[in-house]
Amino acid sequence: MTPARSFTRNASRFRYYPGDISLAIATGVAVLAILTMLAVLLIEIAWGSRGALSWEFLTTEPSKGGLAGGIWPAIYGTVLLVLVMTIAALPVGVATAIYLHEYARPDTWLQRLIRSAVINLAGVPSIVFGLFGVGFFIETVGRSIDSVAYGGALFYGKPAIIWASLTLALLTLPVVIVATEEALKAIPVEHREGSLALGATKWQTIARVVLPQAMPGILTGAILAISRGAGEVAPILFTGAAYYLPFLPAHPTDQFMHLGYHVFVLATQSPDVNAALPNLYATALVLLALTFILNISAIVIRARYRGRLRG
Amino acid sequence: MIQSAETVTPSRRRSARRSRIIEWLIEKTILATATVAIISILLIFVFIGRQALPVLSSESVRQTANLREFFTPNGTTPQGEPGYIWQPVSEKPKYSFIPLMIGTLKATIVAMLVAVPLALLAALYTTEYAPRRLREYIKPLIELLAATPSVVLGFFALVVMASWMQQAFGFEMRLNAIVAGCALGLAIIPVIYTVAEDTLTSVPRTLREASLALGATRAQTLLRVILPAALPGVFAGIVLGFGRAIGETMIVLMAAGNAAIVSWSLSDSIRTMSATIAAELAEVVYGSPHYHTLFAIGALLFIITFVINSIGAWIIGRLNARMRGTVQ
Amino acid sequence: MTRITQTILLLAIVLMIVLKGCAQRAPQSSSGPSGQAGNTITIKGSDTMVQLGQRWAEEYKKVAPNIVLQVTGGGSGTGIAALLNGTTDIAQSSRPMKEQEQAEFKAKTGREVVEIKVALDGLGVYVNQANPLKEISIPQLREIFTGKITDWREVGATPGKIILYSRENNSGTYEYFKEHVLEKGDFAPNAQTLQGTSAVINAVSKDERGIGYGGIAYAKNVKVLAIKKDAASPAISPDLTHVEDGTYPLSRFLYWYLPQEPTGELKKLVDWVTSQAGQAVVKDVGYFPISKNAVAAHR
Repeated sequence: MTPARSFTRNASRFRYYPGDISLAIATGVAVLAILTMLAVLLIEIAWGSRGALSWEFLTTEPSKGGLAGGIWPAIYGTVLLVLVMTIAALPVGVATAIYLHEYARPDTWLQRLIRSAVINLAGVPSIVFGLFGVGFFIETVGRSIDSVAYGGALFYGKPAIIWASLTLALLTLPVVIVATEEALKAIPVEHREGSLALGATKWQTIARVVLPQAMPGILTGAILAISRGAGEVAPILFTGAAYYLPFLPAHPTDQFMHLGYHVFVLATQSPDVNAALPNLYATALVLLALTFILNISAIVIRARYRGRLRG
Repeated sequence: MIQSAETVTPSRRRSARRSRIIEWLIEKTILATATVAIISILLIFVFIGRQALPVLSSESVRQTANLREFFTPNGTTPQGEPGYIWQPVSEKPKYSFIPLMIGTLKATIVAMLVAVPLALLAALYTTEYAPRRLREYIKPLIELLAATPSVVLGFFALVVMASWMQQAFGFEMRLNAIVAGCALGLAIIPVIYTVAEDTLTSVPRTLREASLALGATRAQTLLRVILPAALPGVFAGIVLGFGRAIGETMIVLMAAGNAAIVSWSLSDSIRTMSATIAAELAEVVYGSPHYHTLFAIGALLFIITFVINSIGAWIIGRLNARMRGTVQ
Repeated sequence: MTRITQTILLLAIVLMIVLKGCAQRAPQSSSGPSGQAGNTITIKGSDTMVQLGQRWAEEYKKVAPNIVLQVTGGGSGTGIAALLNGTTDIAQSSRPMKEQEQAEFKAKTGREVVEIKVALDGLGVYVNQANPLKEISIPQLREIFTGKITDWREVGATPGKIILYSRENNSGTYEYFKEHVLEKGDFAPNAQTLQGTSAVINAVSKDERGIGYGGIAYAKNVKVLAIKKDAASPAISPDLTHVEDGTYPLSRFLYWYLPQEPTGELKKLVDWVTSQAGQAVVKDVGYFPISKNAVAAHR
């Protein structure tokens, strides 16, 4: 028992300063306000979607201009989009983090350049990613592929799920990199040193000692990236999202329906906003449920993993 | 490798060399992949710049879309005074950036006014006043707010918040900077909160205990000792939130009214730079002055966020340096 | 290694769901360049017409189940831009193509664009149901939407600031209103721009001081004003007879633009749309069918 600690214990038990009380109240009120707004958002959306949410809603196509029917193609499109995005972003992100943490000598110009590139990539507005998707992927890469492989017919040079996925992969790359680096940092350097001392090469150490331990952290990063990618609409506005498609995307050049885009179009352009409200709320609820479940599982994995490593 | 050349047989030497080559290959592949980040940011620079460049370089484009058009008065208001007009589809297209920039600024200001106090106070509560078990619940819940897609927040603002606010405050325009700004604030609260909370928890306990031991109240300790010590991190969070607010698209596209008004009133509708791009890019013909102007707006947006992040990083560096002198 | 096995299992499950979806739906989806070679027809453009396009798509599926119609909105300008960029088979437009756009098309492709009138629409002017106004003249509309008249008092309604609701500038409805009502003048800067006609109507229905415009098919919970060509003319309301015989001042054609004379599947679609069956859908959605009288009456 150091004198300071017993002093503070006694102080907080006997004397309540008005400044203390008001600050405590102010901060508590702030937390309450934030959580209340979140609760209101969830309750309002859940309440508004009663009546529209059903198994048919989740498994059938929209009809009557989105006023009836379901959102299955939108769910499918969102999942497919996010899947391709992850396949593109995960290897690159993990490799970048491995390079930054395992291979690069600290404070070389290359390492600093990559780090600042990652930070800037994280700060780019989502609509600018959309512009990039149009200007680079569609107009430049797409049209080049067309002129080389299809003699100029417009095949890849227009909005398509492959371009939307790649655009989103760029957007979520920093998330994967940061999460993976955190995971790598958490592994004690002794594990690496031990492995190297036993004769393993650097890559063997990474592949068989470091990476398996970092898996939960990498998984967390992937899940957070998926959650972010599923919710972003601005980058896919012109790179492939569509409102009414009578088929499911099956080819990289297909367009796709998307939960977030569906909410946007229904809310602003549907033929009868009031009649569309239940479906609108229900679609928003499904999208929220998707991102929330993803985030919660990431948090749970992160918590359990931190406990494991510490223990 | 702990081997000496004399005791190693030729086959082992060969396989050692082979595995060294593989090692080298793997390292270089990883290095190459790691440069994707740099290449991407450069490509973004280049491609948006290339599509925006004609407003500076091409004679035909500059006839209607040029710097003077963007930043100086380019038309007359209905009241007959010279003004800044954004009306790209017209007999004489008008491309003034000023109403768009003012709109972006207004939304961002409202968002920061809403988010910064709430996020900071909430971070203080979570780190200082909350009992341990409550903390385990509050932090993930606020991070759940971060998981809310901005399109859902925009939808919520459009359908629910706008009506509430109009009933409560009697706004003339139902969709305006305040409605969009509040929803935007909600979106960036978790950004500021997470960083602030992280920083506050990493302030050494010794600082807190010393302050209390010297007779300061809890409030004084928090406000005069711990918060200043956490300032670099907290400021980083605020800068992050600011950058996010400036670039956010869906919320302002749905809930801000999209009217390119030049006024400082927060209860007027606004048209932000990001929403303009989102609303108009689909209709432009590839290569037209309108197309290049939209890319110019995108380039401007990109440059602004880049500059803000850089200035923020520099200020944080200075704050950190100052801190390092006083704290272990 | 259990964690890795778990992850692989999860991915396998997700993959199976995705593949099941693939196999379930039309295997001959849109792989391949769009157009007559494949069996997908891309229709892009007017938000005014997007609901019509979707209903046509739904009905046409019953007539020709192996043809897939892919409909997206975005505004008439978007459709025309797509036509010029070559990314659509049909551009839906609620305004005629401008001469400049037609010239650009000709310059790019060497052909004239093909224009087909597919429906008739009346442009309604909407006010809140609490607004006492019943009719308005076009010159008054012009002054209101260019911002010269700012108070309801000046047109004889309850005093209050006029709140303008307009469309985004990629909308054919926007263009039509600009050309025919504003006489090519600029909208007032404080006109809020919304993404679709229904958004305009929704906003006006909630705003007692609001005024907006849009296709008649979407009118719900708002009051539609009768229009006078000028102060001395009689006020005409937008119903079928007035729109068809051309007496309603703000009536317009809705168009389909094609990059060339349609053949094969495309021609069958166009024929169906302009036939009784297709025009029945037009009426169902709330627009007015094309008839010889209508075409004659509108110049």
